[in-house]
Amino acid sequence: MKKSSASFYEKQSFWRKSLNARTALLYLFPSVLLFIVFVFYPMFRTIYLSFFLTDQHGSAALFVGLENYAYILESQAFRNSIKATVLFVLYTVPAGVILALFLALIANEKLKGIGFFRTIYSSTMGISVAASSVVWLFLFHPSIGMFNRLLSLVNLPEVQWLLDPDWALLSVSISTIWLNTGFSFLILLGGLQNIDGYLYESAKIDGAGYWYQLRRITIPMLSPTLFFIITISLINAFQSFGQIDILTKGGPSQATNLIVYSIYREAFVNYQFGTASAQAVFLFLCILIVTIFQFKFGERKVHYQ
Amino acid sequence: MSFPRKIVFYFLLLFSAFLLFFPVLYAFMISFMTGGEIMQGKFFPQTFTLDNYFRVFERLPLMKYLMNSFVVSTGVMIGQLIVCSMSAYAFVFIPFKGRDFIFFLFISTMMIPWEATMIPNFFTIQKLDWTNTYQGLTVPFFALAFGTFLLRQHFKTIPKELFEASQIAGLSRFAFFWRVILPVSKTSLVTLGAYGFLTTWNMYLWPLLVTNNDQVRTVQIGLKQLQSQEVATEWGVVMAGVIVVIIPTLLLLFIGQKQLQKGLTQGALK
Repeated sequence: MKKSSASFYEKQSFWRKSLNARTALLYLFPSVLLFIVFVFYPMFRTIYLSFFLTDQHGSAALFVGLENYAYILESQAFRNSIKATVLFVLYTVPAGVILALFLALIANEKLKGIGFFRTIYSSTMGISVAASSVVWLFLFHPSIGMFNRLLSLVNLPEVQWLLDPDWALLSVSISTIWLNTGFSFLILLGGLQNIDGYLYESAKIDGAGYWYQLRRITIPMLSPTLFFIITISLINAFQSFGQIDILTKGGPSQATNLIVYSIYREAFVNYQFGTASAQAVFLFLCILIVTIFQFKFGERKVHYQ
Repeated sequence: MSFPRKIVFYFLLLFSAFLLFFPVLYAFMISFMTGGEIMQGKFFPQTFTLDNYFRVFERLPLMKYLMNSFVVSTGVMIGQLIVCSMSAYAFVFIPFKGRDFIFFLFISTMMIPWEATMIPNFFTIQKLDWTNTYQGLTVPFFALAFGTFLLRQHFKTIPKELFEASQIAGLSRFAFFWRVILPVSKTSLVTLGAYGFLTTWNMYLWPLLVTNNDQVRTVQIGLKQLQSQEVATEWGVVMAGVIVVIIPTLLLLFIGQKQLQKGLTQGALK
C-alpha cells in the first residue's frame, strides 16, 4: 500500500506538496491548538511553577530553585503518599488484570446465553467512580454495611474497613479493582476473540487439553492485549482520585493519601501551588518511567502476529 | 463441549456474575427501602415504592444536573468526533513534510497525565472566564490522541484507490472527507462517540474544580453533595440518586457493548 501511494504522490509538483502541508495543517489545527493550550503549555507551566513560591492566584512569586523538591521529598506526608500510591498499584494492578483475564476466559466459551454474562461483566465500565464509591461506602459501613454483617454472621470480629489505617487502603483497592474490571474485561475479551480459531483446532487434533492450550496458545497470543491492559491499569492506578475523595478523603492518618489526592489538596485546599506543581512533576515522571519501561521491556516478551 | 464441563462453566459464569453485579443489585434494592429496612439489613424491600426517588429529586436539583451532564457529555462527544476525525484524516490521506514530528507530538500527549497539568489548566479556565460554563467543562477534552489513533486505524483500511478515484471525479479534499470517508467509517465513529460520552459522563475531578454553583454542575458532583448531606440517615435516598445517575451509561453500555469492545480493541492494538 505504501509503495503505490508513494509513486502516486511523487508525480505531484513541489508546489502541490507544500499545498499538502498547508492543507494538512488546516485539518490538524484544532487538535494542535488544543494540545498546546491544554497539554503542552500547562506541562511546561507546571515544571516552571515547581521552581517558585506562588501567590494565591497561582502566579510565580519567588524563585526558590529546587527547594520545593527538597521540601516534598523530605516531608513525611509526601513520602507517605508515595508509599500509599505504590502499595495501591501493587494491590490493584495484578489482581485486577488476573480477575479480568479470568472473566474474559470463561466468557469466551461458546455457550448459550453467553451474551448476557458478557454484558454483566462489562457493566462496571458504565458506572462512574462517584456512583461506585458511594455504593462501596455503604458496603463498608461499620454497622449496617454488608461486609461487617457477613463477618458477624460467621462470628468473626468486625473490621473498620475505611477507618482503620491498616485496612483503608486495601478497602479502597477492592472498590477500585471492581470498578476497573469492566474495561479490562472488555479489552481482554476483544483480544481473545481476535485469536485465530484455527490454532485451537489444530491443537485439538493433536489432543491438547484445556490448560495446555491456555498456556501455549491463549496466553502467548493474548500477550499484546495483556501488555496494553497492564500499562493502562498502572497509569489508571497512579491517577486515582474520585474514590479517595468520597471514601476516605486521604485518611485515616493519611493511609490513603494517593498522589493525585495529595496534589489536589496541596493546590486547591492549601493553595501551595509551587509544591503542588513539584508533586505533579513527580507524578509525570512516574508515569513517564512506567510507559518507557513498558515499551522497552514489555514489548520484547510480547508475541505479535 | 462435554456436559460436565458445561456445568462447570455455567457455575463459574453465574457465580462471577452474581459477585460482580451484587453491589449494583444491592444498591438497586436499597433505593426502594425505608430507613428501618436498611437498618435491619434486609436484601429485598417490603414494597417497591418510589418514595426515595421522589425525595432525591426534591433534595437536589437533580434534573438540572442530569441535563448538565447530558449537555456536557454530548458536547465533548461531538467535539471529539470532529476534531479527531479531522486530524486522523490528515494523518492518513495527506502526505506532508513533518508528519512524523506531528505524529510524535500526538503520541507524547498520551504520556502526560491529565492530573499533572490540572493546576495551570484551572487557571487558564479562570482567565478565560470559563468557570461555571459548559465550554470550560467540554473544550479542554476535544483533542484526544487515543481518538485520533482509533480513527486513523480505520481510515487506513480504506483503499487509497478510492482517494485517487475521487480526485479524478473532481471531488475536493473536504468533500472526499465529508461525503466518502466519514460515512464509510460510521462504526469507528460510533465507538469513539460512545467512549467519549461514557468517559465524560463519569468525569469527576475536572467538574469538581471548575464548577462551584448549580449552574452547570454535573450529576457526579451531585452524588458527592448527596452523599455528604444525607449519609447519616437516608441511604435509600442516596442509592436512588446512584441508580438515576448510572442508568443512562449502563443503557448505553448494554446497547453498544459489542461495538465498543470491537472498536476499542482495534484502536488499542494495531
